Amino acid sequence: MFDSEIAQITLLSLQVSAIATLISLLIGLPFGTWLALGDFRGRAFILSIINTGMALPPVVVGLVIAIMLWRSGPLGSLRLIYTPIAIIIAQTIIAAPVVTGLTAAALEALDPRLRQQLLGLGASRGQMVWYLWREARLPLLAALMAGFGSVISEVGASMMVGGNIRGQTRVLTTAIVLETSKGEFGTALALSTLLLVLTYLINLALTWIQQRGRKADWQSAPRK
Amino acid sequence: MIEIRKLLIQRNGRDALQIDSLDIKHGETLAVVGPNGAGKSTLLLALARLLKPSDGGVIFNGSQLARLDDLEYRRKISFVFQDPLLLDMTVEQNIALGLKFRKVPKEEIHARVWSWIKQLEIESLAKRRASQLSGGEAQRVSLARAFVLEPELLLLDEPFAALDPPTRAKLLEDLSALLAQDHRTAVFVTHNLNEAAKLSHRIAVIVNGMLRQVGTAKQIKSHPADETVKAFLQELPQ
Repeated sequence: MFDSEIAQITLLSLQVSAIATLISLLIGLPFGTWLALGDFRGRAFILSIINTGMALPPVVVGLVIAIMLWRSGPLGSLRLIYTPIAIIIAQTIIAAPVVTGLTAAALEALDPRLRQQLLGLGASRGQMVWYLWREARLPLLAALMAGFGSVISEVGASMMVGGNIRGQTRVLTTAIVLETSKGEFGTALALSTLLLVLTYLINLALTWIQQRGRKADWQSAPRK
Repeated sequence: MIEIRKLLIQRNGRDALQIDSLDIKHGETLAVVGPNGAGKSTLLLALARLLKPSDGGVIFNGSQLARLDDLEYRRKISFVFQDPLLLDMTVEQNIALGLKFRKVPKEEIHARVWSWIKQLEIESLAKRRASQLSGGEAQRVSLARAFVLEPELLLLDEPFAALDPPTRAKLLEDLSALLAQDHRTAVFVTHNLNEAAKLSHRIAVIVNGMLRQVGTAKQIKSHPADETVKAFLQELPQ
């Protein structure tokens, strides 16, 4: 495997997983907020579905998306099977419940009177939600990290809907599977190390952002 | 300023508060006393429009509360809870919060925030994060956060209940001076009749979700309206 090919696979892995995580955030943040703040019939049922979705096996997602996008399938005319877009769709379906469920849990953990206090100070609904997100920023960043972690490391869905096509849909995890099946353990180990280092660096950056507020608190001398 | 007429609030399927008629005059401080679970906080939440009445309603400056725009009305009032409920930011930013919601210009926010920081003598805390404050300091910040909005109606829900007696006495004194100096209309919920007498023009007694009596502390003590008020007074620490 050439260096340029490894670079292309790595870049595609990052692109696909970053886009899927971003879309999951755009879906999961408002949906999780609605679930956490809402008071309606069926809320517990929807939450139970979301919580089940957090443990969705990637191969099952891959299978369903493959059936949908297959040439003879209901969305076959879109010609998305074995494309990076197909992987993004599958990974979004894997990450969105994770982000939604953890967003709902993060907001539910806040003091419920904080909502009343913000409204009592004259906040509009939008301002209230913004400041609740701000208060829950540490667990919300954890939700983002968990969402990204769930897709950068999955292999089943990427393999089934992407097809592991060289130069087109091969990502780090599917390349590792391929190299292992060929008995190229050295290459597989090198790719695995690369995947681990990348995941670590991204989580390090997010953790640094997450812990900045805590550090500021810790540095100021307590009065009590 | 406020006229409450045939108000019924239901919570969790039961009647939490019933008030046939209660008026609060402009510039008046009304204390609301009663035992735990009597419906005192429910009254404040209804006045803040955070709870919708099942029947009857509240008239604010001649307009039915239900007909006023929700946000517009909430921006005329200010609410102080028993717990300060400060956000994870500096004291100065916390006090500025309500003004930011109202999109007040930055220079004006700064001037008004610092005016109240000085009035409540919390200059040394201004740059400190809320999580670094003691209970008394946090409640002082929460009072500044409410007063800086110059609300037409100030709602205070047992703001000093969780504080130790000396801090409580000092804050009560300061609040009493602020209300007297400001002539602001306020509704103050408390368990303590002496606190109520010190701070308010009139006292409303609520027992078991019903408004039982309105009057001065002296009137209530000497002529309790019924047996429930008498029983409530007897249970108070002397």
